[in-house]
Amino acid sequence: MRSFGLNEIWYMLQATQWTLYLSILTFVLGGSVGFFIALARCSRSRLLRAISGLYIQIFQSTPLLMQLFLIFFGLSLIGFRLPVLVAGSIALTFWASAFLGEIWRGCIEAVPEQQTEAADSLALTPWQQLRYVILPQASKIALPPTIGFFVQIIKNTSLTSIIGVTELMRASTNMNNATFEPMKVLAVASLIYFATCYPLSLISRKLENKLNVDH
Amino acid sequence: MSIIKINNLSKSFGNLEVLYNISFELEAGESLVLLGRSGSGKSTLLRCLNGLERVNTGDITVAGHKMDYESSKLRLLRNDVGIVFQQYNLFPHLTVAANIALAPRLVRKVSKSDALTLAKEVLGQVGLLEKIDAYPSQLSGGQQQRVAIARSLAMKPKVMLFDEVTSALDPELTGEVLDVMEKLAKSGMAMVVVTHEMAFAKKVSDRVIFLHNGRITETGNPDEIFSSPKTPEFKTFLGAVG
Repeated sequence: MRSFGLNEIWYMLQATQWTLYLSILTFVLGGSVGFFIALARCSRSRLLRAISGLYIQIFQSTPLLMQLFLIFFGLSLIGFRLPVLVAGSIALTFWASAFLGEIWRGCIEAVPEQQTEAADSLALTPWQQLRYVILPQASKIALPPTIGFFVQIIKNTSLTSIIGVTELMRASTNMNNATFEPMKVLAVASLIYFATCYPLSLISRKLENKLNVDH
Repeated sequence: MSIIKINNLSKSFGNLEVLYNISFELEAGESLVLLGRSGSGKSTLLRCLNGLERVNTGDITVAGHKMDYESSKLRLLRNDVGIVFQQYNLFPHLTVAANIALAPRLVRKVSKSDALTLAKEVLGQVGLLEKIDAYPSQLSGGQQQRVAIARSLAMKPKVMLFDEVTSALDPELTGEVLDVMEKLAKSGMAMVVVTHEMAFAKKVSDRVIFLHNGRITETGNPDEIFSSPKTPEFKTFLGAVG
């Protein structure tokens, strides 16, 4: 039987890499999809609004864990056996895109309507209005909640441990099984999560205050 | 030649009729002031002139464009029709120069250096050349409104619309904005002005329309209309605003 020491902590830190890779991948992919979801939510087309609204509702109203199971176990039942990392990324991307889409919709709608009216009156096309007037202002509003949501992504990558992605949570379980020292192992794991997430939360809060002062 | 021609314009929001059977014409180079109490429909009428509000019936021709709500046709019209709002509506993330250059760059495809020259020219017109690199939040309300006027002028409009542009300003700041507008009127710009500034209406306008409950109740040149109001509504209005 192993005791819990530096080697074990090192192993967990190595696995933290995967937590971070998975988080960044989720953010980039989820953000890309979420951007179009947000645009669709603000679109003039009723159909696009309805479809994107349904998409958001589906992924916001079901547990991420269930989405993970459906994509990993569900797809393998009908013959698509995806590598765990791919299945985990796909599930996290769907989930993150729904939340980011809704967050960013709020940010786009927070830009006063008069801005659109002014841009409209200057004969800008709808796309130019979005690109040069609305999005620059919306992205400034979006920064704090987006960083805040990135923290949620980091924490929720831990769920992929259940389908077998060896990120920090899975590595901790492995170490616990090897050492039978759950308190030490979980304390170190928590500390690593905290050390990753807390600075981001701080930045998010700082930006939020700065933004409030600006107004 | 008339630069604005309105024929039998009517507009309602749901069941609420806000403009009824409005007809008038404005000659090039003239300035028209729209008067009326709040809720009389004057701002709505102004916003119908560049298609921000859609009418239910009636023909509108502005600066040679027949009103058509198809978006590319509407943009052609707005190319020639500037509007300035009560709340300035400058783009807060852009400098004064960028605020002014945006539409000429995107819509008129003016080069970067030409857009800068243009920005300097129109800022000179409103007397704010020294603020070219400032952000809107660094300017007073009066200055912001003058930049908003400059932004519209940069599109070389044939008609300018002003929607209560001094109503959000402190009294000591309204003067600088009205001066710019007076200069503009004297230079021969066709203007439609919604305002509560009676002095401006008397001094600058060529024509006044008084709206009451969405109808043109009285119209005429300022000399006769102010000295001998015919309808009791306009008399009451003049009594109230002094």
